[in-house]
Amino acid sequence: MTSSTTTENMTGLQSAAADWASDQRTFKNVPWGKAMMWIFLLSDTFIFACFLIGYMALRIGATEPWPASSEIFALSMGGQPVPLLLIAIMTFILITSSGTMVMAVNFGYRKDRKKTALLLLITALLGASFVGMQAFEWTKLIVEEGVRPWSNPFGAAQFGSTFFMITGFHGVHVSVGVLFLLIVGRKVWRGEYDNQTRGFFTSRKGNYEIVETMGLYWHFVDLVWVFIFAFFYLW
Amino acid sequence: MASETVVIPPAELPEVELYHAKSWITKYVFSQDAKVIAIQYSGTAVLIGLVGLVLSWLMRLQLGFPETFSFIDESEYLQYVTLHGMIMVVYLLTALFLGGFGNYMIPLMVGARDMVFPYANMLSFWIYLLSVLILVASFFVPGGPTGAGWTLYPPQAITSGTPGSDGGIILMLVSLVFFIIGFTMGGLNYAVTVLQARARGMTLMMMPLTVWGIFVATILALFAFPALLVASIMMLFDRILDTSFFIPMIYEMGEVIPREGGSPVLFQHLFWFFGHPEVYIVALPAFGIVSDVISTHARKAIFGYRMMVWAIIAIGGLSFIVWAHHMYVSGMNPYFGFFFATTTLIIAIPTALKLYNWTLTLWKGNIHMTVPMLWCIAFIVTFLNGGVTGLFLGNVSVDVPLSDTMFVVAHFHMVMGVAPIFVIFAAIYHWFPLATGKMLNNAMGQFHFWVTFVGAYLIYFPMHYLGFVGVPRRYYEIGETTFVPPSAADLNAFITIMVLIVGFAQVVFIYNLLTSIFSGKKSEVNPWKATTLEWQTSEFPPGHGNFGDELPVVYRWAYEYGAPENVDDYVPQNIHPDKVARKPIAE
Repeated sequence: MTSSTTTENMTGLQSAAADWASDQRTFKNVPWGKAMMWIFLLSDTFIFACFLIGYMALRIGATEPWPASSEIFALSMGGQPVPLLLIAIMTFILITSSGTMVMAVNFGYRKDRKKTALLLLITALLGASFVGMQAFEWTKLIVEEGVRPWSNPFGAAQFGSTFFMITGFHGVHVSVGVLFLLIVGRKVWRGEYDNQTRGFFTSRKGNYEIVETMGLYWHFVDLVWVFIFAFFYLW
Repeated sequence: MASETVVIPPAELPEVELYHAKSWITKYVFSQDAKVIAIQYSGTAVLIGLVGLVLSWLMRLQLGFPETFSFIDESEYLQYVTLHGMIMVVYLLTALFLGGFGNYMIPLMVGARDMVFPYANMLSFWIYLLSVLILVASFFVPGGPTGAGWTLYPPQAITSGTPGSDGGIILMLVSLVFFIIGFTMGGLNYAVTVLQARARGMTLMMMPLTVWGIFVATILALFAFPALLVASIMMLFDRILDTSFFIPMIYEMGEVIPREGGSPVLFQHLFWFFGHPEVYIVALPAFGIVSDVISTHARKAIFGYRMMVWAIIAIGGLSFIVWAHHMYVSGMNPYFGFFFATTTLIIAIPTALKLYNWTLTLWKGNIHMTVPMLWCIAFIVTFLNGGVTGLFLGNVSVDVPLSDTMFVVAHFHMVMGVAPIFVIFAAIYHWFPLATGKMLNNAMGQFHFWVTFVGAYLIYFPMHYLGFVGVPRRYYEIGETTFVPPSAADLNAFITIMVLIVGFAQVVFIYNLLTSIFSGKKSEVNPWKATTLEWQTSEFPPGHGNFGDELPVVYRWAYEYGAPENVDDYVPQNIHPDKVARKPIAE
């Protein structure tokens, strides 16, 4: 304990613990921002988990019938209701945006300024179109179907409450993501990560690692959507 | 030992660029220096804590002398109970331990220049201040602050008839949401600083236990506060949008309200999924601080350092699977009680381990009965007392008759009220010289300690008895019952007088703080002869950037006190082994 321990005579478990506890940094070569984002996302996971578990508890314990998801979320195409049509498109768009985000991160590593900025912009546009479609879906539910947070004509009031709350909370996440994608994209485009311009508030120099940190957040928002999709639209 | 070669890896990161304040405002008001933010956090927490203290006096006046004070009516009494609890648990203890001590101690103790995200750290404080102001604003809205009890159980928290169900509950919930946002910004800073910004040689197992305690508590808070956030948002919608997350079919004023299907037990699960880890969010930093202060003032290495670390981690993990022991009488499935009673009693193992290790640290130590040491010993005794009554309440069959009695009040005040507050006092007396360069007045410190320590026992020991005879908690007045003997009223009056005496001692403490800042005796550098890095800074008190030109390099753990092979009584963490004077080895 009085001096630094040598790692030669350790068993596998001990050396694993020693690696975790090693000096200066627990996660080698992980920048501060990326470590922060991982921990934040773990915390955010607890938020969405609480929301979804609360939703499940309310749905299981509902005293009135729960609206059938295959009908209430259906779009009418040529007089025929097509279940899950809109939501399939929304999901496809969001998953595609994850793909463009990965490419942006890839070009960010190569410090390819223009391609990174372009891909960030595409990701932001895909995200914005997702939010736009969500607004369309909300409008349809509110105006045409008469679903409100406090009541709806189909049965349990908790359907509207949980749906608007959870998809709304997710929509806010996507919108914030779009905003930051645009900010990061603008910085990349202007070359602020190449010529080490100092940030506005923090006066720290930025670098391309932020693109990857941004990507972590974006993939997380996508992953959460998969769960919301499963629990709201497929249950 | 002296011939041993020490290999310290080279620095992995270049020197961090600090934000240098350009004006008085950016240096002291909108400061990005963790030490200034810590003082801002602590000051705000203490101020709002004083409000909570005064509320407890008003509560006790009513309980001790019912039908005497016409300015306290039933609604106001419930509002005092609610706001006292909420302020003390969240806005004082959580903010002071993590925002205050976390900000001050983490960068200094791990050998960093500052927190890793100083700007977010600054925002964290200002959002915390905003949440405090929103909370205070609830005193001034029509209907006053919420009187739903600090647990804010629905449906009564938002149905009419409960005090503060107009605006008070809305402001309470909004304030909590802001508190959580603000805390998350700070908490990410504390966690990443501990994980990724330590000095050369500072492995996790070289860290002082203070940092371990605050670090694990931060992780707990980052994973527990989300449940409270979700519960707050849902209840806010129940109150504002007439949703029915937590509202079942109930009668209000003789009529069925047009809501049904909600689950009040869901709120309790969410609340206590936050609420139980919250106990350890407060307790773990206290555990850590008490370990360091005891070791320093007993001039002896902490007993079983590794076990202390693992106990902190084990308690942190277990704290997430015990929450429903707060809900034995809530109407949840009784089989759950068996599971949660088991996990609850398992927590006694790592906590008992810590208590033994503190005691064994004191054993044959060179104990200096300084004021910080007195507070620490008081903590050990008080935490043991509070923990033992926890065994009663953790068992379902014993808990059911004791639920919602004064016994519960006495238990949690001992274990998470008085005990952590004792550690806060220990920490303030211990680190005041570091922050200000002045010593606190010793005579006033001794007075403050003895009155508070003896007084706390005179307040809470009788309260256990009141609970045993069946005096319920949160009641405006007991009146005449068949089962509560008249002597309970005398006991209540006695407790109230003790509360006021202990309250006076806190005024002495505040006076001591304020006068010592300006006219206290100047502290020598490292007055307690401590080994940890915060006392080894180039400037004293530490300046901007903490360590001057060169960051420290850590060669040993934080507990090199009274080692028999050393000439000196203590060896700081950053002294190179070649420069440590060793005793000649006897042949």
